[in-house]
Amino acid sequence: MSLHDQDDPALRAAQEERLRAVWAPPRGIFLRWTDCNNNRVGVWYVLTAFGFMLFAGVLALIMRTQLAVPDNDLVGPGTFNQLFTLHGSMMMFLFAVPMFEAVSIILLPQLLGARDLPFPRLSAFGYWSFLIGGLFVGGSIFFNAAPDGGWFMYPPLTTRTDLSGLGADIWMLGLSFIEVSSVAAAVELIVGVLKCRPPGMRLNLMPLYAWYILVVAVMILFAFPPLIAGDILFEMERLLDWPFFDARRGGDPLLWQHLFWIFGHPEVYIIFLPSIALFAMLVPTFANRHLLGYPWIVLAAVGTAFLSFGLWVHHMFTTGLPKISLAFFSAASEAVAIPTGVQIFVFIATLWAGRVTWSTPLLYATGSLAIFVIGGLTGVMVAVAPFDWQAHDSYFVVAHLHYVLIGGTLMPLFAGLYYYWPLVTGKKLSDRLGRIAFWMLFVGANLTFFPMHLSGLMGMPRRVFTYPAELGLGGLNMASTLGAWLFAAGVAVICVDLSLSPRRVRAVRNPWNAGTLEWLAHPEDEDWGIRSVPLIESRYPIWDQTDFVRKVDEGRFFLPDAEEGRRETIVTSVLDARPLAVIRLGTPSIKPMLTAVALGGVFILTTYHLYWAALVSGVATLAMALWWLWTGTAEIPEKPCKPIGHGLELPLYLSGPSAPGWWAMFITMMADATAFSGLIFGYFFFWTRHADFPPVALADGPGMAWPMLALFLGIASWLLTLGAREVHARKHVDMARLCLLVALLLSLAGIGAGLAGPWTHGMDPQAHSYPAIVWTLAIWAAAHAGVAAIMQGYALARSLAGRMDPVHDADLRNVTVYMHFYALTAIVTYATIGLFPQVT
Amino acid sequence: MSERGKWHERLKVTLWTLIIPPAIWAGHFLASYLWAAISCAKAGRFASFPLLFVIGTVLALLMIGLSGWIAWAQARLPGNPPPHEDSTRIDRLRFLAKSTLLLAGLSFVGVLFTALPVIFLRDCR
Repeated sequence: MSLHDQDDPALRAAQEERLRAVWAPPRGIFLRWTDCNNNRVGVWYVLTAFGFMLFAGVLALIMRTQLAVPDNDLVGPGTFNQLFTLHGSMMMFLFAVPMFEAVSIILLPQLLGARDLPFPRLSAFGYWSFLIGGLFVGGSIFFNAAPDGGWFMYPPLTTRTDLSGLGADIWMLGLSFIEVSSVAAAVELIVGVLKCRPPGMRLNLMPLYAWYILVVAVMILFAFPPLIAGDILFEMERLLDWPFFDARRGGDPLLWQHLFWIFGHPEVYIIFLPSIALFAMLVPTFANRHLLGYPWIVLAAVGTAFLSFGLWVHHMFTTGLPKISLAFFSAASEAVAIPTGVQIFVFIATLWAGRVTWSTPLLYATGSLAIFVIGGLTGVMVAVAPFDWQAHDSYFVVAHLHYVLIGGTLMPLFAGLYYYWPLVTGKKLSDRLGRIAFWMLFVGANLTFFPMHLSGLMGMPRRVFTYPAELGLGGLNMASTLGAWLFAAGVAVICVDLSLSPRRVRAVRNPWNAGTLEWLAHPEDEDWGIRSVPLIESRYPIWDQTDFVRKVDEGRFFLPDAEEGRRETIVTSVLDARPLAVIRLGTPSIKPMLTAVALGGVFILTTYHLYWAALVSGVATLAMALWWLWTGTAEIPEKPCKPIGHGLELPLYLSGPSAPGWWAMFITMMADATAFSGLIFGYFFFWTRHADFPPVALADGPGMAWPMLALFLGIASWLLTLGAREVHARKHVDMARLCLLVALLLSLAGIGAGLAGPWTHGMDPQAHSYPAIVWTLAIWAAAHAGVAAIMQGYALARSLAGRMDPVHDADLRNVTVYMHFYALTAIVTYATIGLFPQVT
Repeated sequence: MSERGKWHERLKVTLWTLIIPPAIWAGHFLASYLWAAISCAKAGRFASFPLLFVIGTVLALLMIGLSGWIAWAQARLPGNPPPHEDSTRIDRLRFLAKSTLLLAGLSFVGVLFTALPVIFLRDCR
């Protein structure tokens, strides 16, 4: 198809008809929920997260009302504990993180000129997991079973089953399930940003939102898995009495604090950066100029991401760690102010240098920056260890964290809401209601949280359900409560504004006159994402490229058609966005939802100790996932290539490092390896905490022989898989199948050999933290051997079924990526449990 | 970009090279923390003259300085006219190089910050 053809209106109409048919959403009361198009899944995601936010906000209002006057008895201490725990946990896990994922699922394909993200069904799976897990955790309060140990769930209060009930399990297992969906979203977003950009959008032209999302998604890969590792240890202790955090049996509650905060501190930036990323989109629009200092924003995002992993101990300043350790973390905590400050100055400079159009979104943006800066300044204060010793666990910290999160996450999201509402619905929100709400929120937030600095410094501890009048805190608390109600009223005004939206007239296209790609969206929404995938020559193509919108609309760029009736998008190279291939995207399907239900069953049934039912659910999850993969991935196309316009012809199949699937496997395994490193950290943490670890009486297990055999089997299985890949590529298919079969058997043998070490030495995991952590590591490695066997069997079956051949070998290449990580896991595990006791 | 030029101008620049300076900061930070934590926990005292730490810090600063210098040179390669925001290979290179340079500056300061406690605090209390 040449440029010329698109002059023909009849052809264009025919193309649009085909595209519309291909991207038509499923209809019907039930079937519509099987959709996986980003514009629908993203909206469900946003609405669900918004609903959880309102729910968690109501919990906060109940708390504030209880604290309005001294010695109040609106709620009792038990309920109050559930309220603050659930408020914090829901705001973090069910609002802030999912909201960023949700907004990105809506915006990212638009920003990148892609028809959809590379794995639409994975987005749907993530959404259903989030919904099920969120309802499970949030709903628990109606059964008086909500977690009540604070949002960071410190043991031993929470691990001792006589001190805390089912709530702790609901927290651990429900939120672990949510963490799975977050990792799924991270995979989707990273591959989307790196591989699905439009031709010409080199790294230096990428919208800054995409830069932020890339950075944040990578942070999720390194931040969430340590918490998953912590959750595993935590539930092993609660359900099986393995004493990881029990000091009487060689455990240490501080291990939980480390694992939690290695997650918990980056988490703050994981929710802050995507919100601030919205500023990077709306500030240039309302300054009517390009953003100044593009590389400085990249510096800020990447620099913050790194530094944020060196801050976790500043939550543990009062735990008695050596001062030298505290000082390292104090230093890093001060350093992170540099990149954070840089991005604020970039926004100010851009506004200063531009011709500012004052608008409601910009009002929210500037207001939230003011609130955030106050939170940042108190952050610099509490990063100084001696100051923190005074302020720790007081209302001063409550004030600090709410200033940061309201200024750094919530208000920017409202800015984004007012900015992007026309993009999603085609209608603008009311400027009048928006501004009224803004001032209520702004005054309300300051009135609520500023007095908390003072009540904290006057000695009010956080998480108390009441306080005596003699402390003289009544006035400050009453002010906070009034502020909270004012803030809530502001949120209510926004809700009213949103609910009036369906009755309003449609706005014009690109109502803010923005320059970035997402504003190509038409008020009469089409489901195909973008009419044709453009060639990008500028950071603000709508402003800078002549006739850009018309050319996109008339299909004059790439991929203007869907001749084969398939959902497609273009895959490009990481650095320079050179077109590499056209990939076929997943279509609406029930499989993601069923997989999420089955996986949810594993977590929820385990909570209630229904282990056999959980096992059945686990097997169902595996079967579902295999069915999904078998029918929906690495399909051999009907022809090798297809034209996408302008004389360009692209392949329809990719395997190896240029393929999105390969990246997805690599990224998933990075997360897996990080979780594993959390467990290994546990082993060596115990070693530093004990004069003799392993304890002399227990040191003979698991011996050296079995771990070394398991190590040998693991490496052999890895090498054989590598060999299978190589001979397969050289068209020796039978040889490759034989290699895979032997590798599979070796993997199965690896399960037995890995568990035989602790088993034959009679190691009792309930006796001491040493056998418990050895068993955990052995089980982890054995489980990975099991998954290796399943994957090798899968590749073998694909080959036998004719769904994989030497040219189309994505499955085998992806399995090889897994095997690299499996080999690493085996080496580290068995060297640790088998050899380390020999050298100490 | 031509394949000629000085060695440091020919080095390939990718997303991985972008994160070299902060990765060095991370390595230095982690090593410092582990070294202090393990020596306090296992030996019960902090090394009185931490020669290893001084060498490690100087090495980290040198490596960050080197990557910053390479980035500085690459960010100045001649090519398209300013403001260097076009969809060209040279502008992409200049952008990545400049970002690397900025990150090198931040990482340099970060390593110095990490080193300060060792100068001021010499014990495990």
